[in-house]
Amino acid sequence: MTTVEEPAGPAGPAAEERPIGFGRMKRKEDPRFVRGKGRYVDDVKLPGMLHGAVLRSPFAHARIVSIDTSAAEAHPKVKAVITGETLAGLGLAWMPTLSMDTQAVLATDKVRFQGQEVAFVVAEDHYAARDAIELIDVDYEPLDPVVDARRALDPAAPVIRDDLEGRTDNHIFDWEAGDRAATEEVFSRADVVVEQTMLYPRVHPAPLETCGAVASMDPVDGKLTLWTTTQAPHAHRTLYAMVAGLPEHKIRVISPDIGGGFGNKVGIYPGYVCAVVGSIVTGKPVKWVEDRSENLMSTSFARDYHMNGQIAATRDGRILGVRVKVLADHGAFNSTAQPTKYPAGFFHIFTGSYDIEAAHCEVTGVYTNKAPGGVAYACSFRVTEAVYLIERMVDCLAAELGADPADLRMRNLLQPEQFPYQNKTGWEYDSGDYPACLRKAMDLAGYEELRREQAEKRERGELMGIGLSFFTETVGAGPRKHMDILGLGMADGCELRVHPTGKAVVRLSVQTQGQGHETTFAQIVAEELGIPPEDIDVVHGDTDQTPFGLGTYGSRSTPVSGAAAALVARKVRDKARIIAGAMLEVSPDDLEWTKGRWSVKGDPAMTRTIQEIALAAHGALELPEGVEGHLEATTVYNPPNLTYPFGAYICVVDVDPGTGAVKVRRFIAVDDCGTRINPMIIEGQVHGGLADGVGMALMEFIGFDEDGNCLSGSFMDYLLPTALEVPAWELGHTVTPSPHHPIGAKGIGESATVGSPPAVVNAVLDAIGVRHADMPLTPGRVWQAMRHGQVEAPQ
Amino acid sequence: MTRISVKVDGTAYEDEVEPRLLLVHYLRDRLGLTGTPVGCDTTNCGACMVDLDGKSVKSCSVLAVQADGGEVTTIQGLASADGEWHPLQRAFHEQHALQCGFCTPGMIMAARDLLRENPDPTPEEVREGLEGNLCRCTGYMNIVRAVLAAAAEERRHQAPEPGAVAEHAEPSTAGSGAPV
Repeated sequence: MTTVEEPAGPAGPAAEERPIGFGRMKRKEDPRFVRGKGRYVDDVKLPGMLHGAVLRSPFAHARIVSIDTSAAEAHPKVKAVITGETLAGLGLAWMPTLSMDTQAVLATDKVRFQGQEVAFVVAEDHYAARDAIELIDVDYEPLDPVVDARRALDPAAPVIRDDLEGRTDNHIFDWEAGDRAATEEVFSRADVVVEQTMLYPRVHPAPLETCGAVASMDPVDGKLTLWTTTQAPHAHRTLYAMVAGLPEHKIRVISPDIGGGFGNKVGIYPGYVCAVVGSIVTGKPVKWVEDRSENLMSTSFARDYHMNGQIAATRDGRILGVRVKVLADHGAFNSTAQPTKYPAGFFHIFTGSYDIEAAHCEVTGVYTNKAPGGVAYACSFRVTEAVYLIERMVDCLAAELGADPADLRMRNLLQPEQFPYQNKTGWEYDSGDYPACLRKAMDLAGYEELRREQAEKRERGELMGIGLSFFTETVGAGPRKHMDILGLGMADGCELRVHPTGKAVVRLSVQTQGQGHETTFAQIVAEELGIPPEDIDVVHGDTDQTPFGLGTYGSRSTPVSGAAAALVARKVRDKARIIAGAMLEVSPDDLEWTKGRWSVKGDPAMTRTIQEIALAAHGALELPEGVEGHLEATTVYNPPNLTYPFGAYICVVDVDPGTGAVKVRRFIAVDDCGTRINPMIIEGQVHGGLADGVGMALMEFIGFDEDGNCLSGSFMDYLLPTALEVPAWELGHTVTPSPHHPIGAKGIGESATVGSPPAVVNAVLDAIGVRHADMPLTPGRVWQAMRHGQVEAPQ
Repeated sequence: MTRISVKVDGTAYEDEVEPRLLLVHYLRDRLGLTGTPVGCDTTNCGACMVDLDGKSVKSCSVLAVQADGGEVTTIQGLASADGEWHPLQRAFHEQHALQCGFCTPGMIMAARDLLRENPDPTPEEVREGLEGNLCRCTGYMNIVRAVLAAAAEERRHQAPEPGAVAEHAEPSTAGSGAPV
């Protein structure tokens, strides 16, 4: 491929000095991980620590008649058995969710999904805890479950949430965006309207490390320390304070090394609360770590959007409008992670990358007897669903018009001069050069040659498919005027302290789960201050040690916290200027900054490095009136807008006509996330997201039978791609900086997960000549689609 | 309780263990060797892979009593006594073959076994050899590169004459290109 030289960010210094900050720096976190010296939650061992285990419901929907814990309590190694009744006494049987619903911590009245938490045992070791949960006798009275979301609103459907006062059905919310009348108008004058119903099936982020916690309530000083798998430690601390009534300064949440999050570790799970209660009850630290089947069956699922899309166009292929109706299956409790005002997340970015005259969507959320969740798995708050919808609809339109999918996209893409672009559902896209990005992907793929090869293969009866996806992301939530999590504005703090000898520590509110923050945030500060990144320690994940902020998800770290890191470094630089002025006995106005030093304008020999300034700031130097000593600063960054990275993806598949097996032969991904802090890390993010996309498109699926039994509660059934199912990725990039971001950087982490599934699905359907078939495109489902021209939505 | 003696990362241990105790829990909870994590409960993920008597095993599926009299090497025993990293550890770092780091110990142990059997693998052979190890972060490509790079380095080490590098080992730090 052609390698495009990394341009400096808008605020970047001269190109020859750039490697100190931005660039392909090897990761600072690797040395501990490659030697088995990472410290994950299950590695935490405290004196006297006990172990918890959760008893779970075998039924999807059943009334609890009685719970007999006497045999478990009699187990010689058991220290406590906690039930919903125990928790009710503490006011903790239910907890609030991130979507302002409530979720049962331990079931009291009835169970509402298979795998739901019913009791919690605390014992001396986890083998004994597992033994003891088998000794608990629960008497259930099974009820009819609601499994199919499409029947949840039938008047005859059983009411799942009879705990909610006045609730007589399974309806959660209706939400809409866009202009209905304007959309009807463009549809009424369209030459062509194509309609397609599609399901984005329920999947699961399945981080390799499951969720867990070690809760330690110190009975002497009354302080709770909670090591936990959380992507948002500060938000968790505040919620524990609000829910458990503990004073916030007496709660310390530590998110240590996290073995992948992918959105799975944003919310608070019942197991965490049980561990806290277990520690309060026993006076000892309590560890709870779920196993894989518990993770898949009870923690946040992703997607589960039943979508009906319509796209309107002229006969010559100009897209006029899109409208969508969505039925969203949220499971038994609405615990979807979302900014408060966005019950369907950012789904209304579904107009995608196209210049559309009008658009409208309606989303209806319903309860079913399944685990809660919805927003997870690198979805950027439902952008996965939005991109899948529009990119499938464009392909359906191409099929209807007999147009080439690449050509149809190229003709409808937004043009560079249209940015900042106000889309028809309320988003203001910051920047983009979409045609250049698509052309680059087509060049890398050899698109014309691929189509020729495909035509030849078709002659021979071989099934080869080429699928495209052009996506626009919206990441970096977000402006606090519009976006909050349970009332907490989505701004993030950052603190930077330069030590006397010129080394520095930067403290973040966000929390890496493998995305390399310890490296890239040091690079941002290095770029701004000229302190080598090796000399900058990045501290995160400990609420006693870091400034408040909302955490890492929705690819928001670089857009929000990355901006904060750059700005706090500039504050330090400004203060260093005053100190340098005092050192050089000149006015600060006479100084100019070159990387790492302040110098007298026109007299470069009169100069002080940032390290010299740091020492002087802590020394005997007489400072100007009103200037405090030392060299440090804090900031809070409230983003003016989100960032809108984009990408053009092309997938090439071969389908076995006899078996329906799909082989992803090539995958070309061109991403544009603006200024690239560390291209090596960006590529790793993209590689991982592409594997997610191949997994979702071809293999992954959380299914249920008609009784509500979860059929995908282990890695035997929930299939993740191995090294054999994915190809060697072919990457390219363009650089269109975000104009509103201090270093021009946009988020990237979720782009590939968002952008790749429609490319894979479009490729498979292109190969077999079927208008639509729902994921996962397993061999059996592809074979059925080939035989019947369609295949039923998976259940 | 059953008495076992086992050598782990060069240190000899004698312990009383329940027969049902899994080797991975023995390593983690009893010996404090937490470098070996647990990622699943059905033996699919390979995060817990260690070397038992010269073979890579998923330690979640071996009982501690089965390791009696045996010798175990974990990720924590790979670096030399003076702290020099194993070529695979270096290559994983150089090629950005890890992100969250959770699969890394098992992945490196599996790769070590793979290279012992096949010191000069093709990219396809590396992918097949690592089929028992799931990774959620990397999309595998940089892992394949790292294993090929470590293989090339080990071969250079064994046969230092120039030109000894096999043609299909194409470790690269570039963004794309080499079909690994």
